Parts: sequence; C-alpha cells; structure tokens
Amino acid sequence: MPKSYTDLLGRKLFLALLTVQGLGAFALITLGVILQKNTTAKNVIRPRIRQEIARAGVALLPMFFFVALALGFLVIGQTVSTLAKVGAISYLGSTMVIVVVRELGPLLAAFLVLARVGTANVIELGTARALGEVEALEALGIDPVHYLIVPRVIGMALGIFSLTVYLILGALASGYLFAFLQDVPLTPGDYFKQIVESLGWLDFALLALKTIAFGFFIAIVTCYHGLAQPLRLEEVSRVAVRAVTQGIVVCVLIDAVFIVLYLVT
Amino acid sequence: MPVIEMRGVSVAAMRDASFTVVADVNWSVTAGEFWVVAGPELSGKSDLLMLAAGLMSPVTGSYTLFGNDTKDFGEAELAERLRVGFIFQGGQLFNQLTIAENVALPLRYQKNLTAAAAADEVSALLELMELTPLADVTPANVAANWRQRAALARALILKPELLLLDNPLAGLGARHRQWWLRFLDQISRGHALYDGKPVTLVVTADDLRPWQHERRKFALLNKKKFITLGGWNEVETASHSVVKELLAVQLETTTQ
Repeated sequence: MPKSYTDLLGRKLFLALLTVQGLGAFALITLGVILQKNTTAKNVIRPRIRQEIARAGVALLPMFFFVALALGFLVIGQTVSTLAKVGAISYLGSTMVIVVVRELGPLLAAFLVLARVGTANVIELGTARALGEVEALEALGIDPVHYLIVPRVIGMALGIFSLTVYLILGALASGYLFAFLQDVPLTPGDYFKQIVESLGWLDFALLALKTIAFGFFIAIVTCYHGLAQPLRLEEVSRVAVRAVTQGIVVCVLIDAVFIVLYLVT
Repeated sequence: MPVIEMRGVSVAAMRDASFTVVADVNWSVTAGEFWVVAGPELSGKSDLLMLAAGLMSPVTGSYTLFGNDTKDFGEAELAERLRVGFIFQGGQLFNQLTIAENVALPLRYQKNLTAAAAADEVSALLELMELTPLADVTPANVAANWRQRAALARALILKPELLLLDNPLAGLGARHRQWWLRFLDQISRGHALYDGKPVTLVVTADDLRPWQHERRKFALLNKKKFITLGGWNEVETASHSVVKELLAVQLETTTQ
C-alpha cells in the first residue's frame, strides 16, 4: 500500500480516536452534572426538560403514527407471503416481535429523532457558541452543560423511549390490519397471543435500556459537536453533517451491543 | 484590599489559547474606582476583560479577584464570580429568550426562582433601563442600542460589586451614548439600585473622548503592553501616538 494511503489511514484513525476520547469525556462530564446538580435551579431546568421532551417526543407523534402504519404494512407485506408458502403463518406474531420490537422499532425511532431533533441541536448550540452565548452563560455563573445539555439529554432519552413504544404499538396494530386485508386466517386474539408469548421480561428491560441509550448518546454526539469546540458561523452546517453521521454510527454500535446481549441471554 | 490585582500577568486570546495578546500586566483596581482601558482594535481589550472576570486563567503571573487567586476558581468559588458583572460588546443576549427572560435568567438560576417570583425585580430593572415596552420581544427583533441596554440589565440583576463592560458605547446612537455615560457615572458614584453604594467599574474603549472625567483612571493597551496612564490630565498630556489617535487628535499629515 502506498505510504500516502497509510498516512491518510493513520490520520483518520487518530482523529477518530480523538473524537471517541472527546465524546467519552463529554458524556462523563454530562453524567456528572446530571448527578451533582439534580437539585440546582430546579425552577429553571425542569421547565427546560419538559420543553425538550415535547420537542423530542410529543411534537414528533404525528410523524411516528405515519411511520408506524408504514412499518406494520412493510413487515407484514414482506413476511406473509413467505410464511404462507412454508405453512408457518402462526409465526406472524413472533416475526413482528423480533423485527419490530427488538430491532426496527428502536433503531428507526432513534434515526428519526436524530434527523429531526439531533440536527436542530447541533445548529442551535453551534450558533449559540459562535455568537458567544456560551461565554455569556459562564459570565453569569451558569454552567452551560447544566443549562444547555442536561435538558436535551434527558428530553431526548425520554422522548426516544416514549416514541419507540408508540411506534411499536402502532406497527403491531397496522401489521394485523394488513394481514387481515391479505385474508390471512388469523384472528386478532391469536395474533396478539402470539406476540405476548414471544415477549419476555428481557424484551421490555432491554427495550427500555436500548432506547434510553440511543437518546443519551444521540444527544451527547450532537451536543458535543455543537458546543464542545469553538465554532465560527460558517462551520455550523459542516459540523451538523458530521454529527449526524457519527450519531448513526453510534446508534448502530449500540444496537450491535444489544444484539450480543440478546444472544448471550 | 484591591478588587483586581494583576502581577506579571500574560493574557491568552480567548479563541486561541496558544496566542498571547497582552504580556506582563501589572494592574491594581481598588473598590469604587472607575477605570477606562483604551486600545486600538485587536489590542486584546476583550481578552483582558474576560480574564479580569475570572473566565480565563493567566498564562503567566498571578491574578487575584477580591483577594482570591483565579487559578483556583471552580464551582466552590461561584459566589466570588457572581460579585462580578460582565457586559459583552454587542450584548450576547440569548436569542431564544425574550428581553425579560434574558434579564430574569441569572436571578432565576442562581436563586432557583420561578418566573413569577422573579417578575417584580425584573420589571423594576426593565423600567429603570426604559426597556418595559420591549420586555416580550426576542433580541433579534430589537435594535442594537436596546440589546446593549438589556445586557446591562441582565448583568445588574444580581447586583455585582464589580462591573466589567467591553466597549459599551460601540455602535450606539448619540442619545444612547449619553444615557450610558450618565448611568455609569451614577452607579460609579452610588445609585439607588445599590442603595447608594458605589460600584467598581472597568470599561474598555477605542475612543477616549466620551470618557473624559477627572475621577476616572486610564490605561492603554498597545502592542501587547499594558500601560497605566493615570488621570485625565495625564491622558491629555501623554505623548504616545496611540493615545493621540484614541483622542482623535489631528495628526500631522504629509502631502505629496
């Protein structure tokens, strides 16, 4: 391999390691602030957390109902014909649990929130940084991580968790609707019985952990790129693209960790 | 005890910590003084002021603020930091909040108050600053003259003992400049807002003329040096060409 390629690879690897180090430090600082300052300025921070939950959760509900409908149709549409061919139609509910509850539901919810709210985070914080608002907070004795980051992290973690639950419920319901329209010989009772039998306590626990992890890390990645480094206004759009790309990578890595957890347990 | 005490301090640029903008500053400000630090553009006035506020540490030398070494400033020293008010050039208001919310934020955050509990104090200050009609407007929809005044209100809400103002007259109209000069003079002598207690003031400027006053002290920042000039008489008699520039004295021109 030519030396210029190895140099480039080494540089990229080094930069990636630096980013991981920066993100790790930022995540730890944020966790520290969440724990240390959970009673500081409650009357300012709690309304901001509610605002962020509304932004990363409630405001996205209409889009999520549409996506839930589409997801149910897609999964059932693809699986019904295959399962019917091999006479395994009784596995429809189990398929929905594996595909929607364990994998697609949380991942899709995370990607949608990353696209809608994560990008806004980078742009808002990057602009605030570029306009000197962060220095203004420090001059007023207000911890920028506490005021700007903590509400976004908590709001996004709870937002993604709630939206995933709605997405899954919507997709399961629309899945049955599509199966019914395709004349699949399955009563609603049998369908939901299959789903209930396929679900274990681990599914609920890991679903909660996974979605909260998605929310936490998406918020960390987007806030880190918006806030942690001094920015000029013209750099904000470039940084937003980088943050979204890294957000997707982080979500896929978290998902891989949870797949391993499912396999181990 | 001096409010500000700098000994051999070097100041790094806020945007690039590896670049020293001012070196070897020896400066002492006692309570109740009114200092004007003048200098041409990019002479490091804002950086010096940020350091004076305890927002940066000196590269070399020692800096004590109210007798506390700023190198040790952390969460525990927050109360000391709140004794200092800082007004950025341009205001640096929070664009997502209204003018009233901007003014209320430090009070609500530091004292954990609801918006309703802080409302009376905020209204009184907005009234004093003639900002009441703009209370519910966001900064983007307010003229720069009023944004700067809102920044002053935001800094004053916690009643700091030391007020640092970065080029407060820059870009203001004549009426607003007069208002600022009058108001700063009042709080320097003792304003009702402070129950008549004088506030220590440090302002930076790129034009010395509006600051002419026998009670004020002057310093010059030029070519990385901090030069204490003294009172207005010394400023007028200073032979330094930059001082003359800042006084807008007609310099000799050569004609070809």
